[in-house]
Amino acid sequence: MQTKRTIFPNKLLPYLLLTPQLAVTLIFFIWPAAQAVKSSFEREDPFGFRTTFIWFENYTRLFSEATYLNSVGKTALFAISVTLLSMSLSLLLAVAVNRVLRTNRLYTTLLVWPYAVAPVVVGILWWFMFNPSIGIAPYLMRGLGIDWNHRIDGTDAMLLVIMAASWKQISYNFLFFVAGLQSVPQSLTEAAAIDGAGPFKRFWTIVFPLLSPTTFFLLIVNINYAMFDTFGIIDATTSGGPAQATNILVYKVYADGFLGLNIGSSAAQSVVLMLIVIALTAVQFRFVERRVQY
Amino acid sequence: MVENRPFLSFLTHLVLIAGVLIVVFPVYLAFVASTHADGEFLSGLVPLLPGPNLVENYWHMLTVGISTAGAPPLWIMLTNSLIIAICIAVGKIIISLLSAYAIVFFKFPFRLLAFWIIFITLMLPVEVRIIPTFKVVADLGLLNSYVGLTLPLIASATATFLFRQFFLTIPDELMEAARVDGAGPLKFFRDILLPLSRTNIAALFVILFIYGWVQYLWPLLVTTDSRYYTVVMGIKRLAATADGEPQWHLVMAAVMLAMLPPVLVVIFMQRLFVKGLVETEK
Repeated sequence: MQTKRTIFPNKLLPYLLLTPQLAVTLIFFIWPAAQAVKSSFEREDPFGFRTTFIWFENYTRLFSEATYLNSVGKTALFAISVTLLSMSLSLLLAVAVNRVLRTNRLYTTLLVWPYAVAPVVVGILWWFMFNPSIGIAPYLMRGLGIDWNHRIDGTDAMLLVIMAASWKQISYNFLFFVAGLQSVPQSLTEAAAIDGAGPFKRFWTIVFPLLSPTTFFLLIVNINYAMFDTFGIIDATTSGGPAQATNILVYKVYADGFLGLNIGSSAAQSVVLMLIVIALTAVQFRFVERRVQY
Repeated sequence: MVENRPFLSFLTHLVLIAGVLIVVFPVYLAFVASTHADGEFLSGLVPLLPGPNLVENYWHMLTVGISTAGAPPLWIMLTNSLIIAICIAVGKIIISLLSAYAIVFFKFPFRLLAFWIIFITLMLPVEVRIIPTFKVVADLGLLNSYVGLTLPLIASATATFLFRQFFLTIPDELMEAARVDGAGPLKFFRDILLPLSRTNIAALFVILFIYGWVQYLWPLLVTTDSRYYTVVMGIKRLAATADGEPQWHLVMAAVMLAMLPPVLVVIFMQRLFVKGLVETEK
């Protein structure tokens, strides 16, 4: 690993400098993670006196549970929808801002601040807007003959959390797309314009392919976001309901372990989630470091 | 812009205005709701224009709160959030600076191991190790304390990487010159490295302050004593009771107050914010 040509000769000092970071990491990250792995192979009796080692029984039980498989499916649907919806909206807005000359600062400011809104607050905002009894959205939809009720209808509930989660992520994607667009060389688009390519053709044949490193990076980050950072949104809008319709994996781990006190199953779920994060992080660092290149 | 196309320019502005409306509308609605009196919502529809009760509602939430929801007045929760967000941001920056310094400017056995241990934190968000982490904090007697709320969140791989990246760009000659002049490692760190890192520290502070402010799951787990509630988790409690006994105007006033500090930070420190965001994610 890279270091300086000249270094300080001290022997003890670097360890002292690293101690705070490593202590926090070991105590609050590595140790609990190891505990989760350990208890995912164990069964605890109802009184917590005895634990028995049961190999993969927690896992086999988990993957034969209908509610868990349902949760896996809902998570996939949720993550893909949020990623696609949020990224396409953001790309459209970024391309538009990139075309505007004088007012782009103003538009950027107006578009980026949702980054600072807490997911649970986002959840409350959308829950208020779509509240079946006093919300404005159900009122308007009733005018169109649509009966919105995310408290009883699973599809409505899923749509609601997808919209809320995408809304929150627009600002993030937007900023990265703008940065990506600014690094596309102006000379290329000008040359294409001279050759007679219109704005849409220029976008799809030059700008969009050159943007692929940013797009790929955002794809991973968005999947990660939708799977792990949306706990607050789910908790504030639907709490996983109705009838498990929006019970995504992160929420289920919390509900089963912390509220339902099913330690073995929750630990197994934690380990599955860890593996997913590890895979996503590995993909991100392995491919994004080198970027998708032409 | 390559050529002048008036229709396309019109379309561009249309898209942007629509985008801004989508982004602003939910918050506008909350703002409007927070300015009305109690009875306005019983009619079955939320009003769309601000009402006259702005000052009253906000003042009520700040000083009294909604006692039936078991949440303290908002000013206590706002102060808690501020303390916690600042502690998390400052703590992360300090320990990351120190560890990046150790990794870049020293050679020692287990350097690579230390780097990988720090890297692993990226792969273990709180959400995937809820119960065992809670148990560790409970065993250490840190429930319902500022230490318990901040310390477990303070390890930071991204901040360490950012500083490592930055330290690697500092010319070797600078350090050689400092050593020739007799500066030891601590003096070099304090008098040369820290001043050079100022912009990076500021940019990172903005991002980490927001990160600390929006924390939800962790405060929810480790606080049962309302004196330690943060505003973001307290709001959920207010909203949960609002469903049974709607006090929308007060809940939305709390929502606005909880959003305001980090949003203002983003708007007024936009340059630092963008820098911090784009650089921490590399």
